[in-house]
Amino acid sequence: MADPSPALVVEHVAKYYGDAVKTRALSGIDLELAPGELTALIGPSGSGKSTLLNIIGLLDRPSEGRVILDGIDTSTLDDTALTALRGRALGFIFQFHHLLPAFTAVENVMLPSWGDRGFPSAELRTASEDMLRAVGLADRMTYRVTNLSGGQQQRVAIARALVHRPKVVLADEPTGNLDTASSDEVFALMRKFNRDLGTTLLVVTHDTRIADRCDRVIELVDGRVQSDVRRA
Amino acid sequence: MPFEWFVALRYMRDAKAQTALVLAAVSVGVSVIVFLSALIGGLQTSLIDKTLGSQAHITLRVQREEPRALAEPTPTLAVSRIVEQRAQRLRSIDQWPRILAIAESEPGVIAVSPSVVGPAFAVRSEAKSPIVVRGIEPERFLGIIDLEKRLVAGQLTVDGDDVVIGARLAADLGAGVGDKLRLASSEGIDAIATVRGIVELGNDTLDRTWVLVSLRRAQTLFGLPGGATTIELKVADVFAADAIAAELRARTGLTADSWMAVNAELLEGLSAQSSSKLMIQFFVIVAVALGIASVLIVSVVQRSREIGILRAVGIKPRRILLVFLIQGGVLGVVGSLVGCGLGTLFARLFESGTADATGAPRFPVELGLPLYLQATGIAVAVGLLSAALPARRAARVDPVTAIRNG
Repeated sequence: MADPSPALVVEHVAKYYGDAVKTRALSGIDLELAPGELTALIGPSGSGKSTLLNIIGLLDRPSEGRVILDGIDTSTLDDTALTALRGRALGFIFQFHHLLPAFTAVENVMLPSWGDRGFPSAELRTASEDMLRAVGLADRMTYRVTNLSGGQQQRVAIARALVHRPKVVLADEPTGNLDTASSDEVFALMRKFNRDLGTTLLVVTHDTRIADRCDRVIELVDGRVQSDVRRA
Repeated sequence: MPFEWFVALRYMRDAKAQTALVLAAVSVGVSVIVFLSALIGGLQTSLIDKTLGSQAHITLRVQREEPRALAEPTPTLAVSRIVEQRAQRLRSIDQWPRILAIAESEPGVIAVSPSVVGPAFAVRSEAKSPIVVRGIEPERFLGIIDLEKRLVAGQLTVDGDDVVIGARLAADLGAGVGDKLRLASSEGIDAIATVRGIVELGNDTLDRTWVLVSLRRAQTLFGLPGGATTIELKVADVFAADAIAAELRARTGLTADSWMAVNAELLEGLSAQSSSKLMIQFFVIVAVALGIASVLIVSVVQRSREIGILRAVGIKPRRILLVFLIQGGVLGVVGSLVGCGLGTLFARLFESGTADATGAPRFPVELGLPLYLQATGIAVAVGLLSAALPARRAARVDPVTAIRNG
């Protein structure tokens, strides 16, 4: 399915570290993510998954090649513009849920957009509460996130990643430290938002049970795309 | 609430113990500054008040008479001569009413008083005391020295035979209100005077020697009909006295001595006091700044993963910078409010603790809005400055590193 306007394009991206002795983390990656696709990115440790995710997430710049997000060539942007684009067009779900411990669940969901605009709005509050209701945390909104279980925290993280309706959500081992039941719950939520909101999702995972349920599985080995399989 | 304020205040609330400790440090620092400034300011004001309570700010008098040479050397004539300093006699200021008008027109001068001042003896039965006779115009002289406040007996009647004398002199002569004295001037002229009032100026020498008579009576006693030997001035800003004296010296050609020149040692003492105060303030400020900076640096390090997350989800470095600057500023403001309160309390306790038997403060302290504003300004500036380094560090947190190492 060749979509005329992909949500995300990765063109010939390479990344190496070090000056004297260059260590290649990625070489010549080409990828396109179609809107609404739920893609799994798998591969052994050290295959470059996290590096690629950081580059796609605009947290790191590639040594070669470029990333086009939502039609914008990010190689032409300065750091401030990158930060702004990151806040607007991307959502992040990290392995260790990475919430802000000093704040409540609803504040955690609100903070990215709040910090983007400077002031909170009534709509943002409503949208954040709706998001938390949608992930099943209606009765935990004003809890400090440190008082929530791992699965609940990860659901807050999903709500935070999605509240501003980003084009692309990047998830780094979102179920990595959850038990099977919580993992299934979290994946089911991601699948639900993927279907309901048409969000493009890229999930880095070790968990084959998760990968098997995605629309597309990309396998990375030694910084190259080993296989790229779409399911019907 | 703006994002930066919300996050900054939450971080401070979240780390209650840290916040409380650094607030205590700022408060103590500010209270030391307030207490010290109040004490030293009060001390200096009361010293200056005491000094100026019994003397004019500026005194104009005739220049010393210089010896005149009888012959000057010329190209053809060499002169050998011995110069002897002239003995200075009591002289009147030439055309003193004109000088009085000039002095009155000088900006910054608030009172002007002519007088005849000369040496004499006061005699009462067996007792003889050397005195200084000051012939004054009472209304004008009251503008220079507030005698009303210093009157201990009788009333301030200086007219004809009626005189007012110093308290120690009255004791030495055994004279009370209504008693008569004989005044014998250095010019060999005598007068009988009736004591109408007794004043205590707080200066032993003056209290032992002053006899205030009418200007006319003094002119008679010293053989200076219609004359005045000195013109005394009071100025609005006591520390402008030197400049005004110089101006008057240039305009009148008379000798003009300001209290600052006469009391150079006092002023030196005051300025030494001020510099030691500044020194202590400086070290207090350094200690407070180090306290704020170290607490905020620890906070930045502790929260670097959270800062990384905020950066990752699209928060700009400028906002992160502000989050930590605001913390420094808030610590400064709150610390200075508490510190001003504490400092005021210390100052008042000290004042009442050192009061004399009558309850009047021996060390009056000087508190007030300018001092509080100054202390608050210093504290806020110190808070912001010492937060600058941690805040820059926070703004530079790299999200990838911070999240990976978290």
